[in-house]
Amino acid sequence: MKDTITQTTLSNGLKVLLKEVHTAPIISSWLWYRVGSRDEVQGRTGVSHWVEHMQFKGTEQFPANMLDKAISREGGSWNASTSLDSTRYYETMPADKIDLALRLEADRMVNSQFNPNEVASERTVIISEREGSENEPLFLLGEAVQQTAFRVHPYHHEVIGDKADLHSMTRDDLYHHYRAFYVPNNVVMAVAGDFDTGSMLARIRELFEPIPAGSDLARLARPEPPQNGEVRLSVEGPGETAYVQVAYHFPSASHPDFFPLIVLDSLLAGSSGLSNKTSRLYRAVVDKEYAVDVSGGAEATIDPFLYRITLVIHPQRRADEVLAVLDTEIRRIQDHLVLKGEIARAIKQARAVFAYRIENITNQAFWLGYAEMFANYEWFETYLDKLSKVTAKDIQRVANQYLKPQNRVTGTYVPAERRGNYESG
Amino acid sequence: MNQVSSSLPGPNDIYREVLPNGIIVLARSNFSSPSVMVSGYFNAGALFDAEEKLGLANFVISALMRGTKKRTFDEIYNALESVGASLGFNIGVHKSGFHGRSLSEDLPLLLDLLSEALTTPIFPKNEIEKLRAQLLTGLAIRAEDTGDMASMVFDKILFKDHPYGRPEDGYPETIQNIRRNDLANFHHEHYGPRSMVIAIVGAVKPEDAVKQVKRALGSWQAKSQKQTPELPPLKTLKKTVSKHHRIAGKSQSDLIIGTNGPMRRDPEFMSASIGNNILGQFGMMGRIGDVVREKSGLAYYAYSSLSAGLGPGSWDVSAGVNPQNVKKTSDLILDELKRFIQDGVTADELADTKANFIGRLPLSLESNGGVANALLNIERHNLGWDYYHRYESLVNEVTAEGVLNTARKFIDPNKLVIAVAGP
Repeated sequence: MKDTITQTTLSNGLKVLLKEVHTAPIISSWLWYRVGSRDEVQGRTGVSHWVEHMQFKGTEQFPANMLDKAISREGGSWNASTSLDSTRYYETMPADKIDLALRLEADRMVNSQFNPNEVASERTVIISEREGSENEPLFLLGEAVQQTAFRVHPYHHEVIGDKADLHSMTRDDLYHHYRAFYVPNNVVMAVAGDFDTGSMLARIRELFEPIPAGSDLARLARPEPPQNGEVRLSVEGPGETAYVQVAYHFPSASHPDFFPLIVLDSLLAGSSGLSNKTSRLYRAVVDKEYAVDVSGGAEATIDPFLYRITLVIHPQRRADEVLAVLDTEIRRIQDHLVLKGEIARAIKQARAVFAYRIENITNQAFWLGYAEMFANYEWFETYLDKLSKVTAKDIQRVANQYLKPQNRVTGTYVPAERRGNYESG
Repeated sequence: MNQVSSSLPGPNDIYREVLPNGIIVLARSNFSSPSVMVSGYFNAGALFDAEEKLGLANFVISALMRGTKKRTFDEIYNALESVGASLGFNIGVHKSGFHGRSLSEDLPLLLDLLSEALTTPIFPKNEIEKLRAQLLTGLAIRAEDTGDMASMVFDKILFKDHPYGRPEDGYPETIQNIRRNDLANFHHEHYGPRSMVIAIVGAVKPEDAVKQVKRALGSWQAKSQKQTPELPPLKTLKKTVSKHHRIAGKSQSDLIIGTNGPMRRDPEFMSASIGNNILGQFGMMGRIGDVVREKSGLAYYAYSSLSAGLGPGSWDVSAGVNPQNVKKTSDLILDELKRFIQDGVTADELADTKANFIGRLPLSLESNGGVANALLNIERHNLGWDYYHRYESLVNEVTAEGVLNTARKFIDPNKLVIAVAGP
């Protein structure tokens, strides 16, 4: 996975990563801001995501309406998203039109207006976005599990924020957040595609280097204390389908244990991006008809977050029956060394998923910047090597260390139509 | 040819061969990543389903990989997942589809598994019952999904007494009616090489791709394969029909307002497509997004869509809104539809959308999956192998008058379906 990458840091602290890819006349440019829900205090939860929305509302040079028209006219695709640790903006354009994207991003790093009327109309759009999510049982369950797993750390709340804060935040709250975090020394810019590195870097310097660096950022430092004992919760809601989510506290992406845990996850619940019908949990809970579906996964994060296993309960089963089977499987992987072949299989899966990812340029630019948010590009480049070094003993050790009941929150979604069953069960 | 058009698929780099048993193979190379995409379609869609066993075609397609003459369910997936490959099937009304991908070194395996699933499924009884429980759970989840239910209600009214008005995944009672024999019979009568098209795009030479398909599927014969039935005539709406499907306890309602649209092969398709982009897609969801989201802050999503296939299509506007705002949103959308067929589109709007359609082409055809879809689309609708090279002129031929005439032909503000699902 070694590619020729150009990395440099501008005088104002903006880090730039460039990768020439000449397979199609396309360029994808990403700006990664180091700000996300981890930077939010109670009362202003959701502010990072809301600021991301406001970044589409225009500047003096690119008024709201003109912005998306300009990109769309050129046949570009663009969007943004906010996560626990970062907020990212991208444009993928025909190669000869990328300059528009670069100018736009340089401009809105400093000149977004946050017009009060726009803030007001976006407030209800975001509340509507949240209400759409609230329609989903798994959002309600996931939110309850997450807020229970984090009492102190700001990973406590969902990225979209709490409704109370979405109602009460002001234009100035948003604008202050924007001014504090949208500074070049808090950004990684990743560009991949059909360009010449020298001229691309020169143009980036020309547009971005004049933007002054901001002062050092005040970060929240509220590590989550260890959890001492399993926590169980239930969420009630409409429907007839029950769900269980089990969330284990999980190390940060830069922790050495992250890699054996990724292999462990693919053995238990399958590799991300592939079907998982021969994973241990599928065989134990779905094939044996305790659940109709199972999935697992962890986000790569700056601070320790969660590894979650989510189960859709079979209509003839109860949550506690499914949990008992899950625990048996976890004990099996704690008590017995996995076979070498199983590890080799997980590595081959990861290699295939890597090949799919580099099929398009937007993804290549994404991966260029993504790992910078919690580690650095080398993390991504050496990912397969690190997975290859994982041993059966490593897996057994991390399974025992992390996948223990004292380290987890177990949530059940109890559907209205089956509530009686659960009360007696 | 300029740089952009030379990167688009065309007669010079699309390979097509018809095998003796009727399977059409399409192939295009892309060696930029060591992976390959296999995608295609065949008859055996939900069109063949009897009312009382609605969901049968979908049940069959979901069961293809539950066991074949050669391998069990677990063996099939073990072979696939061990090499990081994937293979899946999806149901349509006319055609059913498959999508698979793997590293190019594993293409022979992927095609073997595709071939086994299509030609020798055995529908093991215990696997069928597991699958039935999964399908029923899927339907229980669907019943709680405001978007799915609004769409189901919409189709049922718009395509009254027509196969397009039925959900391909059926209803709980029709899924319960299906026996193992029904699956085997359906497979026997409707699966076969005739009308099957398979596209292979990625790190493989076209001639090797064809050779591999020949090896895996070239000897497949199915004399019993039935012809596709004719579609019944469409009943047109006489007036606006509204229906609210109640789902208690939800925070948001989904709303769909719309009517019939053109078929893919209709001459109006391109003008409808451009009109639709202006109405509810361009930039941040076109005029609809501007009015409903940007100006009124009523919805996170509000957009229009045009579904045009082998038969009559639909043209509709969707939005997810707070249950209290359904009426307000629906009025705004109706006003936009009226404006659309009264005044048409402006020269600026038309120029913007044309530029967007032409400019976005390289992006939509960048990945192996995008190219595979494009090849299948050309084959299915007989668009011509130079379609993407002619695309720019096809777009540029559309006039504001053409958009207006097309909009008026299909959209009558007094004859709409208004479907809502939510509290």
